[in-house]
Amino acid sequence: MSAQDVLVLAEIRGETLDAVTLELLAAARGLVSATGGNVGVIVLGRDGAGHASSMGAADRIIVFDDPQLSTYAPETYVAALGELLAAERPRALLIGATSIGWDVAPLVAARLDAPLVIGCIRIMDGEGDLRVTASFYGGKMLAECRVTGAPAILMVQPGSFRPASEPGKAEIEIRTLAAPLQPGAIAFEQWILPQAGDVDITQHDVLVAIGRGIQQKDNVELAESLAQALGGAVCASRPVVDQGWLPATRQVGKSGMTVKPKLYFALGISGAPEHQEGMKGADLVIAVNTDPKAPIFDVAHYGAELDILDLLPALTEAIEAKRG
Amino acid sequence: MNIAVVVRQVPDLIEPLEIAPCGTAIDLDAASFILNESDDHALEQALLLKEAGGGTVTVVALDSGDVDNTLYTAAAKGADALIKISQQDHAPRSPRTAAARYAEAVKPLGADLVLVGVQAHDELDGALPPFLAAAMGLPYVGVIRGVRAATETGAVIVCKEFPGAVMAQVRVKLPAILGILGADQPPRYVPVSRIRAAMKSAQLSECEAAAPQREPLVSVVRLVPPAPAARAEMLSGSEAEVAARIADILSAKGLVK
Repeated sequence: MSAQDVLVLAEIRGETLDAVTLELLAAARGLVSATGGNVGVIVLGRDGAGHASSMGAADRIIVFDDPQLSTYAPETYVAALGELLAAERPRALLIGATSIGWDVAPLVAARLDAPLVIGCIRIMDGEGDLRVTASFYGGKMLAECRVTGAPAILMVQPGSFRPASEPGKAEIEIRTLAAPLQPGAIAFEQWILPQAGDVDITQHDVLVAIGRGIQQKDNVELAESLAQALGGAVCASRPVVDQGWLPATRQVGKSGMTVKPKLYFALGISGAPEHQEGMKGADLVIAVNTDPKAPIFDVAHYGAELDILDLLPALTEAIEAKRG
Repeated sequence: MNIAVVVRQVPDLIEPLEIAPCGTAIDLDAASFILNESDDHALEQALLLKEAGGGTVTVVALDSGDVDNTLYTAAAKGADALIKISQQDHAPRSPRTAAARYAEAVKPLGADLVLVGVQAHDELDGALPPFLAAAMGLPYVGVIRGVRAATETGAVIVCKEFPGAVMAQVRVKLPAILGILGADQPPRYVPVSRIRAAMKSAQLSECEAAAPQREPLVSVVRLVPPAPAARAEMLSGSEAEVAARIADILSAKGLVK
């Protein structure tokens, strides 16, 4: 281990290695290529061997196979990471901006009084300091930052790095904690899967996505009419689901579904990074928003600066006319 | 259950953001401020828990922007007590400072549960709810969409959101801090007349922040709007003209059947 080492927290849900882990490995590998040092990936609560071949970009896989870590709880995760970081003092720990990352990264930073950057999209060496670019203000600004302390805790925006898929054979290190972990105040009980019966938006070729611009629940039917004319389904960004206007199964984005349709209408959606994460694989994106600076226009193929409530009836009518 | 809710003011992203002359921050004087969206959900969740099982809701805010209106709106919705933390120096430059100041005000309340919105879009080098938990020595879990009291006293059951509309059901022993992403119901609306009435009847307590300003551990060197990677081809014209153009594009690509 050296002061140039970079560690990555692996996320494994069920038997699946989360894609963000490979993106973090790519970011870590890019950083150490400039400065030397090794890349280590931390696996909590399982043996890690099953995913070793997928994590070939790592030099070593650090495994804490403790039964207290077999289900996620912030307190035990932070205890394990805090002990490891205090012992190794790596240059940085990379964690995905995921449901777990939003708990663990700030808690570890607070525990170690270490610098933390949220929303990292670029990480580079800057002659001794870390130079990090982070998405800020819902993606409307980028902050170029200098981070001096170590270990820097960097919460990385998923989708910012091309996943590292290089083959390799990382060395597996089984580690035990100095003090046994104790159950804390927070205990996982069970997974709750989405209710069957609603539309599966991941299976549709055409999606009409609505955001805050739809303004009220009664207007959702305007989007339904367009989706019907195109043989597609209606989905939404988070504010629409938060309002209870559509079920959570229709939400696209970081905390919702990831979709790859042939056509994706983004209507009244600003296009925060969390939403883009779920739809950037669409073949054709058409965005409509009254704000010409909305980030959604940066990922759309076609755009229009209009009020969706004015456009939707005209668009449905134009599509129906084409169908004859 | 006695609940404290921490609320923040954030720049309204509907308005354009301007970069300050220093080039490392946005011009806060040119921004308009609103209640942080997930904090609004945290307040709603607290009110729902109070309505279901009794107790009190105390709302705590740092003095910034139009915070009095935010606090009185909370009272109009059903909050029992309001606390404003005044600051002699500037607003916190780091979420660590903000967390220390909120902790000073929240700790003496002895709340069973502290609810905070899980994130604010103006936080770069920290996240208030877990920093607050660390400052208060309380357990924390975030990205929560829905909270209910457990059958036994001294615990709540929460739903922690994961991708794919999957939730983890988690039991949390109290006292604890939760980072709320969404409440069980959308935040309630209150008419202006009730807010005006709350301004006359609700008691707003003030306390002074003592925690010193901490220097951020991360320095912003430059703030820039993102350069578009591949800007969309913009379609101009009336609604009917744009609609016809989109229909043509979709038809040419075989997407209208």
